Amino acid sequence: MMKKIGVFLMLFILVAIILLPGCDDENTLYVYNWGDYMDKSVIKQFEEEYGVKVKYQTYTTNEDMYVKINSGSAKYDIIFPSEYMLHRMAQEGLLQSINLNNIPNFALIDDIFKNAEYDPGNVYSVPYLWGTVGILYNKSMVNETVDSWDILWDKKYEKKILMVDSQRDSIGVALKRLGYSMNSTLEKEIDEAKESLIEQKPLVLAYVVDEARDKMINNEAALAVVWSGEAILAMAENDDLAYAYPKEGSNIWYDCVAIPATSTKKDLAEKFINFLCRTDIAYLNAEYTGYSSPQMEVVEQLDEELRNNPTAYPSNEIISNCEVFKYIGDFVEYYNKAWIEITAN
Amino acid sequence: MRRWLSYPYLVWMIMFITVPLLLIVFYAFTKQTDGGIVFSLDHFRQILDPLYLKVFLRSFKIAFISMLICLLIGYPVALFLSSKDFSQKSTYLMLIVIPMWMNFLLRTYAWLTLLENNGIFNKLLEFLGFGKVQFLYSEGAVILGTVYNFLPFMILPIYSVMVKIDESVISAAQDLGANSFQVLLKVMIPLSLPGVISGITMVFMPAVSTFVISRLLGGGQFALIGNIIEQQFLLTGNWGFGSALSFVLMVLVIISMFFMNANERNGKESML
Repeated sequence: MMKKIGVFLMLFILVAIILLPGCDDENTLYVYNWGDYMDKSVIKQFEEEYGVKVKYQTYTTNEDMYVKINSGSAKYDIIFPSEYMLHRMAQEGLLQSINLNNIPNFALIDDIFKNAEYDPGNVYSVPYLWGTVGILYNKSMVNETVDSWDILWDKKYEKKILMVDSQRDSIGVALKRLGYSMNSTLEKEIDEAKESLIEQKPLVLAYVVDEARDKMINNEAALAVVWSGEAILAMAENDDLAYAYPKEGSNIWYDCVAIPATSTKKDLAEKFINFLCRTDIAYLNAEYTGYSSPQMEVVEQLDEELRNNPTAYPSNEIISNCEVFKYIGDFVEYYNKAWIEITAN
Repeated sequence: MRRWLSYPYLVWMIMFITVPLLLIVFYAFTKQTDGGIVFSLDHFRQILDPLYLKVFLRSFKIAFISMLICLLIGYPVALFLSSKDFSQKSTYLMLIVIPMWMNFLLRTYAWLTLLENNGIFNKLLEFLGFGKVQFLYSEGAVILGTVYNFLPFMILPIYSVMVKIDESVISAAQDLGANSFQVLLKVMIPLSLPGVISGITMVFMPAVSTFVISRLLGGGQFALIGNIIEQQFLLTGNWGFGSALSFVLMVLVIISMFFMNANERNGKESML
C-alpha cells in the first residue's frame, strides 16, 4: 500500500513540475494590447534595441482585459486600458505607479492630454492614442445625411446595421440617442436604453468588434458604430464609406499605457513606455492604427490627408460635444445585467 | 495487468476533471460576503429569471435540431459506408475525416465568408437569377455551422457499430423472406442503436454548450447558454453565476442522456 502511495505521489509531483509555468524570464516583457493596435515592427525594434524578448497578446474589450488582470491568472507587464477602466483599476489597486522621471519622452505629449480627470498627475498612466465613436456608413446605400443616432433605429436599414459588441459603447449610444449622459447611473435611464436596444435588435445585422471594418469594406452593411481609427482604415479601402458624428454627441476616449500591479519588471516596462512615446515610434503606431496621436510633433509629420481628416482630428466644436466615459463604480453591475438582457433576448 | 500504468491518467483526471468540477460546484453554491465565503443559492435563484430560461430553451432547441439533421444525414451515410458491396469505402471515410484535420475555428470562419451577402453562395444565387438571401447571422446559419462541424461525430460511431454487424444475421433475415426495407427496420436499426446513441451524445453535448459558432455565424444575436457562461467569466467576472449556469447545464445534459440510455435499454428488450 505504501509503495502505491509513493508511486502515486511521485507521478503527481512529476506532472505538477511539467505543468507549472516555467520560471519568469527576466528579459521577457509581457505586453497585453487591443487587437491590431500596434505596428508589429515597433515590437521588433524594441527587442533589437534593448536586447529583450516581447511576448505580445491581444484582447477585444476593456472588460475582457480587466477580468483577466483581476483574476491574477496571467502576468502582464504592459496593458492599454481606456480612461474609465484605468480609473477603476487604479482605484482597485490593480496598477502600479509609473515613475515619470524614467520616461523623459513624456514631455513630448501635449499638455491637454496630461493630468486628466481620470488620472490626476499621470500617476498610473501615459496617454497612448485617442479617438471617438461615430457612425461609419456606405454612401451608396444611405442616401440621406447621417447626423443622428436615430438612423440606427430606422427600419429602412433592417439587417444593414452593425453594432458594437461592447457594453459601454452600445448602451452609451442608446443613452445619447435618448438625450442622456453616457455615464448615466440612473436605473430608469439604463432601463430605457436597454429597451431601445432590444427594440433595435431585429434591425441589427450583427454585434461585432474587430469584424466591423472588413464587413463595411466588403459592402456587407450600410451603417456601423465604430471607433474613429477603424473608420479611417476602412475609408482608405472603400471610397463609398464616410464617417459621421451624430448631433446628440458621442464618446471621446483616451487609451493609456499602464503597468499592472502584478508586474515584476517595472524598469523594463517603463523603458517600453518611454519607447512608445518616442516620436518616430508614436508616428508608426498612429499611422498603422489610424487613431489619433496625443503628440503634436507626430501629428505634424502625418500625411496631410490624415492630419486634416476630421475623423481623426475633429474640430473643437465636435470634441466639446463628446463625452468621456467615467468609471461608474458598482453601478457597472447594472450595466452588466442590462447588456446580458440585450444579448440574451 | 500492472495497475500503476493507469496512474498517469488518474492524476490527469484528478487535476483536470475532478478538481475543476469541484471548483464549479464550489463557486456555484457559495457567495462572497464581508464575513467571508458563505453557502448560498443566490446564483440559482438568479437563473430562474425567464430570460435565462429562454436562452436554455434556445440552446436545447438549436442543439436538438442540429442533432436531428446530423442523424438524418449521417445514418444513411453510415449505412452505405458499412455495406460490403461498397468498394470506395476508405476514400469516403477519408473525406469525412479530412475536415477534422483543420482547426474548428478556421472552418467556422470559412462559413462566415461563404455565407456573406457578397459571398459565394449569394453570388451563385444571383448568377442563377434568384435574389440574394440573408444567410449569415441567422438561426439557420448557427444550425448549419453546428451540423457541419459535428456531422463526423454522428457518422463515425454509427459506422463503427454497423461494420461489426454479423453479415449472417442479415442473410438469415433475407433467407426468411424479409425485403430490404424490413431488414433495415428489423435488423439494422435495432443492432446499430448503440452507435446511434453515442452519435447523438457526441453531437448533442458539444452543440448545446457551443459559443463560438453562435458568436461567429449568429453575429452575437442568438446568444446560447455557452455565450452567457462565457460572458460571466470573461466580461463581468461573475464566476459564481457562471458556475451555477454550467452546473445547471450539466445536470440538464445528464438528465437528457439518462432518458436516452433508458430508451436504449427498452430497445434491447423489445429486440429479445
